[in-house]
Amino acid sequence: MRRKLALMTGAGSLCGVTPALANGWNMPVGVTDVSRDIHSLHMTIFWICVVIGVVVFGVMFYSLLRFRRSRHTDSANFHENTTVEILWTTVPLLILVGMALPATATLRQMYDTSEADLDVMITGQQWRWRYEYLGEDVGFTSSLSTPRAQITGEEERQEHYLLEVDEPLVLPVGRKVRFLMTADDVIHSWWVPELAVKQDTIPGFVNENWVRINEPGIYRGQCAELCGKDHAFMPIVVHAMESDEFDTWLADRKEAAAQEALGVDREWALDELMERGEQVYNSVCASCHQVDGSGSEPAFPALAGNEQLLSDVEFHIDVVLNGVPGTPMAAYRNNMNPVELASVITYERNAWGNETGDAVQPSEIQSRLE
Amino acid sequence: MALNQLPKPTPQHSTATAAGGVAEETHDHHDQPPRGALRWLLTTNHKEIGSMYLIFSLTMFFIGGIFALVVRAELFQPGLQLVQPEFFNQMTTMHGLIMVFGAVMPAFVGLANWMVPLQVGAPDMALPRLNNFSFWLLPVAFTLLLSTLLMPGGGPNFGWTFYAPLSTTYGPPSTTFFILSLHIAGISSILGAINIIATILNMRAPGMRMMDMPLFVWTWLITAFLLIAVMPVLAGVITMMLMDINFGTSFFTAAGGGDPVLFQHLFWFFGHPEVYIMILPAFGIVSAIIPTFARKPLFGYASMVYATASIAILSFLVWAHHMFVVGMPLVAELFFMYTTMLIAIPTGVKVFNWIATLFRGSITFETPMLFALAFVVLFTIGGFSGLMLAISPADFQYHDTYFVVAHFHYVLVPGAVFSIMAAVYYWLPKWTGHYADERLGQWHFWTSVIGVNLTFFPMHFSGLAGMPRRIPDYSLQFADFNMVSSLGAFMFGASQLIFVWVIIKCVRGGVKAPAQAWEGAGDLEWTVPSPAPLHTFETPPEFKPTSH
Ligand code: HEC
Ligand SMILES: [Cu+2]
Repeated sequence: MRRKLALMTGAGSLCGVTPALANGWNMPVGVTDVSRDIHSLHMTIFWICVVIGVVVFGVMFYSLLRFRRSRHTDSANFHENTTVEILWTTVPLLILVGMALPATATLRQMYDTSEADLDVMITGQQWRWRYEYLGEDVGFTSSLSTPRAQITGEEERQEHYLLEVDEPLVLPVGRKVRFLMTADDVIHSWWVPELAVKQDTIPGFVNENWVRINEPGIYRGQCAELCGKDHAFMPIVVHAMESDEFDTWLADRKEAAAQEALGVDREWALDELMERGEQVYNSVCASCHQVDGSGSEPAFPALAGNEQLLSDVEFHIDVVLNGVPGTPMAAYRNNMNPVELASVITYERNAWGNETGDAVQPSEIQSRLE
Repeated sequence: MALNQLPKPTPQHSTATAAGGVAEETHDHHDQPPRGALRWLLTTNHKEIGSMYLIFSLTMFFIGGIFALVVRAELFQPGLQLVQPEFFNQMTTMHGLIMVFGAVMPAFVGLANWMVPLQVGAPDMALPRLNNFSFWLLPVAFTLLLSTLLMPGGGPNFGWTFYAPLSTTYGPPSTTFFILSLHIAGISSILGAINIIATILNMRAPGMRMMDMPLFVWTWLITAFLLIAVMPVLAGVITMMLMDINFGTSFFTAAGGGDPVLFQHLFWFFGHPEVYIMILPAFGIVSAIIPTFARKPLFGYASMVYATASIAILSFLVWAHHMFVVGMPLVAELFFMYTTMLIAIPTGVKVFNWIATLFRGSITFETPMLFALAFVVLFTIGGFSGLMLAISPADFQYHDTYFVVAHFHYVLVPGAVFSIMAAVYYWLPKWTGHYADERLGQWHFWTSVIGVNLTFFPMHFSGLAGMPRRIPDYSLQFADFNMVSSLGAFMFGASQLIFVWVIIKCVRGGVKAPAQAWEGAGDLEWTVPSPAPLHTFETPPEFKPTSH
């Protein structure tokens, strides 16, 4: 027990110096109370291991040097010692109990998702994240924004290579945010190291987790569960803002969403639809069908010059709304609003040399969704 | 060679006389074995089958190794240079599958085939024809598995853990063949395990009680029970996948009322004991080698047996520590954290026993001993990171990162694989009649140790800093660690060429080994001549147990 205490205090005092070292090669301390607790558990168990390691390997290397054949020709013959055997079973047990107690406390805290101030639904999709602020009518998808040319090396890679997105998740500082997490296709895992949140998003299930961020800033993470070819290319960016700033942001987004909802009823011009459609397409569809609509056969069909598609607008609308079950092509009816749906379909029918001239109207999509 | 310096009688943990154990040269009651390829196809001799297992395993080790080098080459720098993500995923998946099922497991079965009958004083395995069949299933299984790489849509690309629905609804068309090949490999393992159990329980030399058996035999006995318990679970889960893919069921498809998490529970109920299947025989090997070269009996023989049994039993109660972030209820999370932490105790006992065996011994450092000592140190480092991973709250940060990759490679490469290499160097004199070239062996050892640590140590850092596993491209802050890992991997890979050279050289010739090839060795295998004749212990040896 004495030894355990010594270990713990030793570990504690060393923990103090680590944040300075912990830059780029250790677990980040993070910006939530939970992340700090986890970091200190991590450092404690680490130092316990170091101390045990020093003792065990110390005895081992001492024996190897001291009792090598050239210095010690007469080997002893003992092969039992009840006292040490009891000792080296019970001492580790005590150390483990000492470790289990704080771990249990932290875990209980992590599991307490009650009394949240804000609920955000996080949906993993091959290969992007969708965020919805529940009860606020605000939702959007967030995709990798690193240009392809940087990945292939034709352009110089920038600081946040592969850890940048078109639209970050915006969260308030100081409020308890509950995440409801699910997936549309395969299992993904939403992970931001500095928030110490890693939770699998599983199709058909809703997992819960939560954060209360202490400091405003931009925190980056990645999908942590292998989810297919672009697993490496579905990063997460969280933009944590002061509470009032966040409220303004949310109000703006609500306003914009309401504007777009109004837009459902009016007649949209082809240019307008194409402009909006290009944004949507590049953010959501391009990972499979490619920016130039060329797809990558046989897994992902080309949309450019796709005769079947271009001759049959009904089919086109149906595929995008309802997906193709059993393939990676998801149903987008619940993921996008009518304006986005209409504009992306219109875009596909008129971009990359597809020249149907069709302008699919949001109102038409709206009537199908009902 | 340090061996011939000081002749000194060695304390042995069992003394055996095998006057009648050695087969006479005139050996005429068998039919002449068929010649050429047919001889190897039809052999029922445990030594020949053991050699075939070992050669098969070494071949797979190189194939799986090449896949790993493709992965490491792509990860040498950020960006996509050599392969596309689709192919990268096939490489990580195949690397894992081949190494686990094709290299490590068959190597241990091969060692068991060779050594278990020799160590218990039996003339052969209990079921020799079954033994032949178990082996020949393996080339079939792995040819099929490798052929999926050439099929349309490519081979398995969903990780060696093949989580549904990525491997079912979203898997490539070749997945059905992957399932078939795993079934065949699984049958091979089950049959092999039955054979080993039957041999150990029924064919020990008169006078050899269970608690007199060498630890390699003990650990394999326990491993074989683990295999029989969990391989059917694997068979079950892949059959459910097969049904989901081809017959419209929805075991793992949420849309049809199924449960993707169920897949993980079933997989890890198999998978965790599987991890111990790959390490328990290693414990047995190290427990043979350390006493031999410390010239001192193994410390705590009985506690070693009990520790092995406790690890085996606990292995059925810890599976969900691989699933701490799937959203289990709090109580489950706590239960699996506590049971996992408990495993540290029997594992610690083993390490302490090995070190106590060294204490006040008279130690020499031949190649097998070097590998065994490196095993103790590096496996323990893997054990430490395992203990860290057991702390469930911290695992929310570690899970699915390179920290985990570092952890399991430390227990599997300088763990399981080093123990196999130690065993090969240890028993080569018995198999070939020649000592392995000591200088080359030392070269192999040092390049492997340095290579392994260069490869896997930096992965602890990249993982903690936030690099997820199974990604073909990564952000810039991980670049340095990955470059070092890749260089280390190529060094480790190249150093295995030395290993092959040593083996070939040793088979061809070298310093002649006597029956008792290592003066400090004490089990029955050292009472038969080196090389061990095709037939040994046709009359059971007389076994005189000494105290444990
Ligand atoms: C995860 C990859 C993926 C994403 C993202 C994706 N698709 Fe698809 N898409 C597919 C696949 C695979 C098919 C082929 C399905 C089949 O087998 O019929 C497909 C088919 C289609 C088709 C029918 C083409 C044909 O010839 O049958 C259309 C139209 C289409 N997608 C539009 C879209 C739009 C619009 C988006 C973005 C909102 C999108 N896709 C996003 C994978 C994807
Ligand atoms: Cu993902």
